[in-house]
Amino acid sequence: MTTTLGRPGTRPSAARLGLYRAAIELKTFFRERDAVVFTFALPAVILALLGAIFDGVYPGSDVTSAEYLAPSMIAAGIASTTFVNLGTGIATDRDDGTLRRLRGAPMPPSAYVIGKILMALVVTVGETLLLLGIAVVAFDVRLPTDPARWFTFGWVFLLGTTACALAGIAASSLAGSARSAGAVMHLPYLVLAFVSGVFFTPVGALPGPLITLGSLFPLKWMAQGFRSVFLPDSILPQEVVPSWEHGRIALVLAAWCIGGMLLCLTTFRWHGRRGR
Amino acid sequence: MTDTPAVRVRGLRKTYGDTLAVDGVDLDVAAGEVVALLGPNGAGKTSTIEILEGHRDRDAGEVRVLGHDPARAGLDWRTGIGIVTQDGADLTELTVREAVRHFARYYPEPRDPDDAIELVGLTGKADARVRTLSGGQRRRLDVAIGVVGRPRLLFLDEPTTGFDPQARRQFWALIRRLAADEGCTILLSTHYLEEAEALADRVAVIVDGRIVAAGTPATLGGRATARTLVRWADGRQETDDPAALVASLTRRYGGVVPGLTISRPSLEDVYLDLIGDPS
Ligand SMILES: Nc1ncnc2c1ncn2[C@@H]1O[C@H](COP(=O)(O)OP(=O)(O)OP(=O)(O)O)[C@@H](O)[C@H]1O
Ligand SMILES: [Mg+2]
Repeated sequence: MTTTLGRPGTRPSAARLGLYRAAIELKTFFRERDAVVFTFALPAVILALLGAIFDGVYPGSDVTSAEYLAPSMIAAGIASTTFVNLGTGIATDRDDGTLRRLRGAPMPPSAYVIGKILMALVVTVGETLLLLGIAVVAFDVRLPTDPARWFTFGWVFLLGTTACALAGIAASSLAGSARSAGAVMHLPYLVLAFVSGVFFTPVGALPGPLITLGSLFPLKWMAQGFRSVFLPDSILPQEVVPSWEHGRIALVLAAWCIGGMLLCLTTFRWHGRRGR
Repeated sequence: MTDTPAVRVRGLRKTYGDTLAVDGVDLDVAAGEVVALLGPNGAGKTSTIEILEGHRDRDAGEVRVLGHDPARAGLDWRTGIGIVTQDGADLTELTVREAVRHFARYYPEPRDPDDAIELVGLTGKADARVRTLSGGQRRRLDVAIGVVGRPRLLFLDEPTTGFDPQARRQFWALIRRLAADEGCTILLSTHYLEEAEALADRVAVIVDGRIVAAGTPATLGGRATARTLVRWADGRQETDDPAALVASLTRRYGGVVPGLTISRPSLEDVYLDLIGDPS
């Protein structure tokens, strides 16, 4: 029966094809003005604007509003370049025939996923550096010197990025078409940015029910984790509880990673609206 | 080539909700053959082709493509298949060369990407963004990507829609070359009768999800044996022996028969008759 199969020779490995996919995804991302403006530039613009608008120093500390905003905006930036980016990107791929063409080629499905994840990772690192740069240059945020703080930054970044990326991949199936995807992904993102104490500061001043809502999602915990990296403990009275709650942050983000993975595995569709 | 047919379909059925799109199609495509599917809009051509490509589930029927069931076949099977779909709107931000080169990577023994681009006559546009291509150029890119993996079996769903006459001729030459030089088996759908006539070893006409006629373009619908229509100024007559009729007419008119025409039904006449066009 092998004589009736395709060409002889070995197919390239999924890992190698994943790298090629990542290169194509990155090229496509940065050439699409909509994607760059709405998922990459927007968090930076919001940080610059809100940082300039908010002023004052929190009582009992020397932390300015802009300094408080900056780490939270890094969390929102990550949500944008993972959750929004992957959600709209995959919905578009499903709608415009990208996925169908790829499924018609001898491409292992994992190569597509590897490409998307690597692309999101590169864009997210770029976003984080951009936001850090703005925070340091414009709002006098000091980078910590204590390695323990950078360790915290590392695991919050990894867990948060993974959780939001998986949530984005899962949510892409909710969008009916490429055109509705932008709205479907941006709405939860913007709502969460408010109820997680990013666009509204400090988080402790939010009404109780909104705090509860925000606490269900990863953004609030990611933002809290990044604040613990960049802000002194004298700001703790402005938090929901006067502690950085590292254990709980890790727990919630890890739970979202596992839940997001399960959601992806159960809801992911290769085919678009036209069905099979 | 083996004796196994490239495509073997028996009793294929596909429904979408209440719509019966494919209703018991039988189809064989021998290795190396070029077969055209003809049929009006909504006849079930795309549904049939997509099931053979493994892009669509079927409700019933037996399907073998390169010896495997496309619903279950794996990636090795895919290396032997080339696909040109009816509607692709992807790849817009890449250049033609980037897109073809990327798809070459998936295959174990691909064509040189620049050769594939040359083959479809897009060399002048190799560095243009796909989004800037005209409709016909975009279809040619789809064809280049479809053939870059050197498929043994190529599916083309209305490949020349939007082509200008010259591009269509170039495309025909490409298809003939793939079939003759590389032994590529080709199943294409088309609305153009002259295209089916020019390219296909066999034509299958599909109407309302059923194959209503199949054969070589010359014999389709009994065309070869159809009675010849002889027309002249004062009358018309169908006959099996036009020579005898013309001879008797010549005697009757004592020389030139005024307004004499002798015609066999064209493929278009046969086709319109088959799909039940009342005109
Ligand atoms: N995804 C779908 N959902 C519901 N109905 C569908 C779907 N795809 C096709 N159909 C229906 O199935 C029938 C056959 O459609 P198909 O696309 O196979 O026709 P076709 O022969 O390719 O037509 P065309 O020449 O216009 O491309 C049509 O009645 C169409 O409306
Ligand atoms: Mg069709």
